[in-house]
Amino acid sequence: MTATSDTTPSRVLSAPLQVAFDYTRSTGLVLGAFMTGLRERRILAARTSDGRVVVPPVEYDPVTHAAVSADDLVEVGATGTVVTWTWVSEPVPGQPLDEPFAFALVTLDGATAPMLHAVKADGPQSLQTGMQVSAVWSDQPQGHITDIQYFEPTGEARGGSPAAASAGSPDAPEGVTQVITPVELDYIYEASPEESAFFRAIAEGRLVGQRCPKCQKVYIPPRGACPVDGVPTAEEVELPDSGIVTTFCIVNVPFLGQKIKPPYVSAYILLEGADIAFLHLILGIPADEVRMGMKVRAVWKPREEWGTTVENISHFEPTGEPDADYESYRAHL
Amino acid sequence: MGKQLAAVVGVGQTHYRAKREDVSMPGLLREAVDRAMADANVGFDDLDAIVVGKAPDLFEGVMMPELFLSDALGAAGKPLLRVHTAGSVGGSTANVAASLVQSGVHRRVLAVAFEKQSESNAMWALSIPVPFIMPVHAGAGGYFAPHVRSYIRRSGAPVHIGAMVAAKDRQNALKNEYAHLRNPDTTFESVMASQMLWDPIRYDETCPSSDGACAVVIADEDTAAASPNPAWIHGTVMRTEPTTAAERDQVNPQAGREAAAAIYKQAGITDPLTEIDCAEIYVPFSWFEPMWLENLGFAAEGSGWKLTESGATALDGELPVNMSGGVLSSNPIGASGMIRFAEAALQVRGAAGEHQVPDARRALGHAYGGGSQFFAMWIVGADRPA
Repeated sequence: MTATSDTTPSRVLSAPLQVAFDYTRSTGLVLGAFMTGLRERRILAARTSDGRVVVPPVEYDPVTHAAVSADDLVEVGATGTVVTWTWVSEPVPGQPLDEPFAFALVTLDGATAPMLHAVKADGPQSLQTGMQVSAVWSDQPQGHITDIQYFEPTGEARGGSPAAASAGSPDAPEGVTQVITPVELDYIYEASPEESAFFRAIAEGRLVGQRCPKCQKVYIPPRGACPVDGVPTAEEVELPDSGIVTTFCIVNVPFLGQKIKPPYVSAYILLEGADIAFLHLILGIPADEVRMGMKVRAVWKPREEWGTTVENISHFEPTGEPDADYESYRAHL
Repeated sequence: MGKQLAAVVGVGQTHYRAKREDVSMPGLLREAVDRAMADANVGFDDLDAIVVGKAPDLFEGVMMPELFLSDALGAAGKPLLRVHTAGSVGGSTANVAASLVQSGVHRRVLAVAFEKQSESNAMWALSIPVPFIMPVHAGAGGYFAPHVRSYIRRSGAPVHIGAMVAAKDRQNALKNEYAHLRNPDTTFESVMASQMLWDPIRYDETCPSSDGACAVVIADEDTAAASPNPAWIHGTVMRTEPTTAAERDQVNPQAGREAAAAIYKQAGITDPLTEIDCAEIYVPFSWFEPMWLENLGFAAEGSGWKLTESGATALDGELPVNMSGGVLSSNPIGASGMIRFAEAALQVRGAAGEHQVPDARRALGHAYGGGSQFFAMWIVGADRPA
């Protein structure tokens, strides 16, 4: 991980953090029928109890709240009328088109309420409320809303059309029941000023905590404020890189995104002079011989690998000294 | 106007399963909601407000799901609130709904909580590597296992207590048609033989990952009086504390102790072990049964495991605990707290079926969340509060 900092000297460290996962969505019967219809280049709508025709179909009637039956869906046209629109001049990844386009509310022929989709056009001057647009289908519909690639002004329709649909094929696959929805969040993670000072010190091989002026407890990493007294902490306290294991667990379970190969010992390390333990890794001893109260010392990575991260300490290992008395760390369990 | 009486008049649950691929998220909620409304003999038009709870959004990747769920929940034209207190959220959601009735603002409120764990991966969502720190985190089990080890050390509990709890809860689940894990072959021996995942926590001592929803209808005194078997709310409480602080007690958290003291005072209880007939408490890892028995004042500090070992927490014991099979048998995270609260209500309504505790008059529902930092509880009774 590469730490970045602002061009001007900044109080805080920051680094990119990406969170991404391919979520699955069970569609249920109604939206499953809608998705299955899209795969056949047909657009299905719900007819509500008050006579509206809504696309995508709703699962529950907005007036009676009763479940809508997938068997009662009605087909609407793949052409419609733009109700309103907005021009997207700078598309971002994941949007329907990678060139400037319009997001528009389109009321399809036969429907009474508009659906949100994209309209491809030469520019905002080519769009107007009330204009007619037609769906442009994907060459290989998958059973997803993106099977309609976008709409474009009627008369310019290209690509597949309902006539080219593969509906009714004897080999037609089963209906759509699930869609995959990749979600990706890109953050710039920013450490607090106090944490940043801690991470900068550790880049020099020093462990620097802070003492609460009220309860006198030493926090490492520092928080900037005491979580018990609610007062700012300012006094810095340099701590040695040795201490004890208070409690721990042996992680035997592999999981998505895991950084350390199991089994490993994840332990709370209480440095000498600290009043709170932090989690780190124990090596240099078989996992089943790690003990509460065991005295440990930091094993640092080679200095040329150091950065502003707690990972400068590769792990902690036993010092070989006698274990601490239970009473000396009981309050930390 | 002081606090108004309120009671649970309807309970609805989905069957809890590893994957409910047959329904959408709204469809899952509606199963529970429709059952709760049928039980309460009310329709959407009778409901004044809706309160929704679920665990963090990253668990399903839907930001603010309450917005897209509003149609399915019949919320148009009504207040729709979302509660958000991590794993305790199901309990907090029920408490918020209760407060809307107890305050006299609304007469009938629907509370519903859910999770569709199969659409995501909670282990991943709870272990996002944060820059600059050591990536040793390993989900909820990795978080709680060291504190379980601390409990064992502090209390001197024999190492087999966790397996006793797991076997008991899984056997209770066989009597609950809604439970996710229903394996008659889960015994003390099989739990002891299961793999150590987060030593000292074994595989069979952990909760499953479930899809499901739970709903309750909470009503005012007039509505409840017309119900054949209301579960009167004798007390509700929520307490919070920091996740980490110097010398913070994560085995017997202060917020939990204070919440228990406060709710017993509300309910006029001085000796919970004898005055409460059964308790449904949030035990996602088996060792939390003895830990919470102490935190909740059912046993002195360090001796909760003795209550468990004696068999007192079995279905036919002095204080049956987790009659439904508990979180260890069904865990749609956002709903898990409400399922505890709902089970307490079912017990005092005499509606718990095969896992009914005979003549249960007063029951505790309990939930906790985050790093043991959020606590929510209610006490419900068959009798109108004095």
